[in-house]
Amino acid sequence: MKHSPVDVVVIGGGHAGAEAAHAAARMGARTVLVTLKREGIGVMSCNPAIGGLGKGHLVREIDAMDGVMGRVADKAGIQFRLLNRRKGPAVRGPRAQADRAIYRSAMLAETEAREGLEIVEGEVTDFLMDGLRVSGVLFADGSEIRAGAVVLTTGTFLRGVIHIGDVRRPGGRMGDKPSIKLAERIDSFNLPLGRLKTGTPPRLDGRTINWDILESQPGDEEPELFSFLSKQVEAKQISCGITYTNARTHEIIRENLSRSAMYGGHIEGVGPRYCPSIEDKVVRFADKDQHQIFLEPEGIDDPTVYPNGISTSLPEEVQEAYIRSIAGLENAKIVQPGYAIEYDYVDPRALNAQLSLRDVPGLYFAGQINGTTGYEEAAAQGLVAGLNAALAVQGREAVAFSRTDSYIGVMIDDLTTRGVAEPYRMFTSRAEFRLSLRADNADQRLTPLGLRLGCVGEERRVAFLDKIERLDTARSLLSSETYTPKQIGSVGIKVKEDGNRRTGLEILAFPDVAFESLIPLVPALSSIEPPIRRQVENDALYASYIERQKRDVSAMKRDEAQVIPHEFDFMIVDGLSNELKQKLTHARPETLAQAGRMEGMTPAALALLMARLRRNGQAKRA
Amino acid sequence: MDTIFALASAPGRAGVAVIRISGPAAFPAVHELTGAGMAGRGLSVRRLFDSSGDVLDDAVVLGFPGPGSFTGEDVVELQIHGSVAGVSAVLGRLAELPDLRLAEPGEFTRRALENNRMDLAQVEGLADLIDAETEAQRKQAQAVLGGALGAVADGWREKLIRAAALIEATIDFAEEEVPVDVTPEVSALLIAVQDELSHEIKGVRIAERIRSGFEVAIVGPPNAGKSTLLNTLAGRAAAITSEIAGTTRDVIEVRMDLAGLPVTLLDTAGLREAEDKVEAMGVALARERAAAADLRVFLMSEEEVPQDLRQNGDIAMRPKADLLMDASDAISGLTGQGVDVLVSRIEEILTHRSASAGLATRERHRWAMMTAQDGLIAAQGLLEQGPEMYDLAAEDLRHAIRALESLVGRVDVENLLDEIFSSFCLGK
Ligand SMILES: Cc1cc2nc3c(=O)[nH]c(=O)nc-3n(C[C@H](O)[C@H](O)[C@H](O)COP(=O)(O)OP(=O)(O)OC[C@H]3O[C@@H](n4cnc5c(N)ncnc54)[C@H](O)[C@@H]3O)c2cc1C
Repeated sequence: MKHSPVDVVVIGGGHAGAEAAHAAARMGARTVLVTLKREGIGVMSCNPAIGGLGKGHLVREIDAMDGVMGRVADKAGIQFRLLNRRKGPAVRGPRAQADRAIYRSAMLAETEAREGLEIVEGEVTDFLMDGLRVSGVLFADGSEIRAGAVVLTTGTFLRGVIHIGDVRRPGGRMGDKPSIKLAERIDSFNLPLGRLKTGTPPRLDGRTINWDILESQPGDEEPELFSFLSKQVEAKQISCGITYTNARTHEIIRENLSRSAMYGGHIEGVGPRYCPSIEDKVVRFADKDQHQIFLEPEGIDDPTVYPNGISTSLPEEVQEAYIRSIAGLENAKIVQPGYAIEYDYVDPRALNAQLSLRDVPGLYFAGQINGTTGYEEAAAQGLVAGLNAALAVQGREAVAFSRTDSYIGVMIDDLTTRGVAEPYRMFTSRAEFRLSLRADNADQRLTPLGLRLGCVGEERRVAFLDKIERLDTARSLLSSETYTPKQIGSVGIKVKEDGNRRTGLEILAFPDVAFESLIPLVPALSSIEPPIRRQVENDALYASYIERQKRDVSAMKRDEAQVIPHEFDFMIVDGLSNELKQKLTHARPETLAQAGRMEGMTPAALALLMARLRRNGQAKRA
Repeated sequence: MDTIFALASAPGRAGVAVIRISGPAAFPAVHELTGAGMAGRGLSVRRLFDSSGDVLDDAVVLGFPGPGSFTGEDVVELQIHGSVAGVSAVLGRLAELPDLRLAEPGEFTRRALENNRMDLAQVEGLADLIDAETEAQRKQAQAVLGGALGAVADGWREKLIRAAALIEATIDFAEEEVPVDVTPEVSALLIAVQDELSHEIKGVRIAERIRSGFEVAIVGPPNAGKSTLLNTLAGRAAAITSEIAGTTRDVIEVRMDLAGLPVTLLDTAGLREAEDKVEAMGVALARERAAAADLRVFLMSEEEVPQDLRQNGDIAMRPKADLLMDASDAISGLTGQGVDVLVSRIEEILTHRSASAGLATRERHRWAMMTAQDGLIAAQGLLEQGPEMYDLAAEDLRHAIRALESLVGRVDVENLLDEIFSSFCLGK
């Protein structure tokens, strides 16, 4: 059977695949999303929670580009918490516990409803090639689809091996089969591969948990949603439980260490240090006599509970023994045992900033296959790959996210220039311009870009422009007039009697001055809605820091604008040391900014590179 | 865009040193240093002052407004006297200005390139220049970091990584079992680094001298035997490292090692009322060089020492001891009488001064350390206001660490994560 050709084919319906397919379709590309099973779209293979620190920022950014993850998570959210609520707004991260079933059905519904996007069930076994170029996909049943670009988002399905104790079997995820044939094709591209591992805890039957004796953690009273378009929570809200491991638990684990896949020497992949197994915790932090466990319900109508904090690869019966040693879990039933999974990933340095393979045109990679972990990281890459696949097919200029404008930019740059040593996860500390890349202003950072590209729908466009207008009104009310210290003091705000007049915005930058306290001074401010007030406050809070960073930002932007052509030969740049030439040749930075971040680069060496680039440019023009 | 400055003439002793400043704050900087504005292209002779209003030097100031300048930006060149001490004082003063920083090697060239102010031939010539600069810088860095400062800087690095990791752990792993309030430990770390920084900052000027040599001027009336003394000193010194005829015929420099310290002896023109214009210029220069030197040896009796030249610790010895009845406190280059006394006094004074020297040896380091210190102080103030301010404290700390990069190496997020994961049991 032969399908008619399309613009973009996305392989895999996980978080990367769904977001990639939606992004390409929003751009007007005729898009096909290939997945093994329709029900597999939007499946959360691990903890059913979206967002968190750094991750919540990514979701907001995806949403600002009119992506799907934020809206779907808002629909499925059964507990919303803004993390770091007591810290500065730049490091607050929205997070939600999601109802796994609602998430999946909402994602499927969104996907089915998307114009220009078709879902095709099947297993992709090979690419169609047009010389060196990927020009479509071949299915296990022999059918094929030709496409202008292909986005591969198969997660852990590259030589995935599942371990439960000393039992191992091939598989991309519990219940799924690995894609062996596709893996062989990818091998033929000679890409640098690495091996990683990750694990998941046993799932418990919530009806067998003694909730009454456990601490509980409710959600926020005023839920902070992900999407700039969402108005309120939709699903019923729940609390999570908290319990702890104890000496007995640790004893059981220690006695059985040799039977753990990870400790029994069955696994060679590198695991994430921020998500260690309970075996790891017990061994590495032997002096701790307990570890916290969050008991997170996976849904409203689903009794399954995700015990967050005890992922494991011990044999099933050992899992049962240690679970039952824990307070509240004495009679708990395991619904699905915990397991570890090892899989291949492609060294993301083989990709360019569009997430397209440098040496295989037409092929894009996104998600866990690039060495990342997490739904949000996967989805954000999906967005980047989907947009760029569509742009390439349309013959338009690629879109580049920058470290200066988004966490997405930070992640793409980290991945493609530095690679990964363990499963890559977003942290706010990775963003050097963290104070300006906030969850609260993601729309102002990115929606204008989305509008320019054409991936933002009408509803968001209207809402965004309206918000900007309100912000402008508030800001102009706060900056059009200046006030003497005496005037400011008269409304109860402490200020130095230095004779300087100040604008409302300047007063707002003082610590402890809230928007509300300025209303007596500028009565018109009373008409501004609370969300706009908070936004203006946040901007004022960081104004002086952001001003200081401006130079760094503009220097980075300037260097990002200096593109190094793909075919540029670093070996002929006179004056660079041989070591540096080799490093550059290997890393193939795409811009001067990337080159500058490489170990051993000096401003002098950069000047040389630039001189050479200029000269090449002039030679071409001449 | 930062405004950058650097010594544009070859480092070391020369008759005239050229300091180049490029960027939007170049002309304002002239205003700061001279107390008077400078409109645009042109040349003027100005006196440079330090922040407390003391005279640094007289300079020929050349203005080149952008975009017609070498870099395409506003450029100012200060031509000053070539003494190491003088140059370093002016560089130090420039570094104090808020918008200015010392240029990295190649940075002027880079700006010229960016602004299309270089033609292809010039670009061709660039490679060698940059290669040499990079090599020189590399060697310098190696020497510094291989030395005692390297060990101190390693300690800073460790403490700063720990401090930043603690703050970041409370931010990025707020949901996990990490401490909520890390202020006490972080403050202790920051204070420790601040203390050491301020110690090094104080020592850095003298350390600069240890690296590039102390200047000792021999001052006296004509025919007091200055040259003979110089020759004798040079002859007995274990090592004469170089001999450069002054760029004016009025100052002779001899470089030698005294007690392991590099010392440059200056033989200045005789102090007397000049008879013609040319000689008057020579005498004026001699006085200036003598005044700028680290130590002066006056060949005259205590009473005769001109008060305007005399500085703390200076030595006075009567000349021509061989012709005197009472030769105490007298010296003769001819017979060698008193020479040992002089040498040991010079050694004693300079060794004493160098003992208080810090380990950092360059103005760049001083600037880095001062910026870092400002950042640490700001970070600490914020920390004390509690976890609500940790995001800002983290930013100031990051700023401080970035400033110190040339000393402590690059600290990136992976270093912080390493520290976090080895200290805390994370993973929910
Ligand atoms: C066991 C396990 C534990 C995890 N633990 C954590 C954790 O603790 N914390 C955390 O942040 N993240 C964790 N993750 C990671 C997180 O689940 C993933 O990073 C994220 O889901 C990756 O999204 P993706 O879109 O790249 O891949 P996936 O969501 O895995 O999607 C891959 C999709 O590709 C499809 N597919 C595969 N091969 C083919 C083919 N040949 N043809 C057609 N379709 C194909 C599959 O059906 C699937 O729909 C874990 C993942 C696993 C598997």
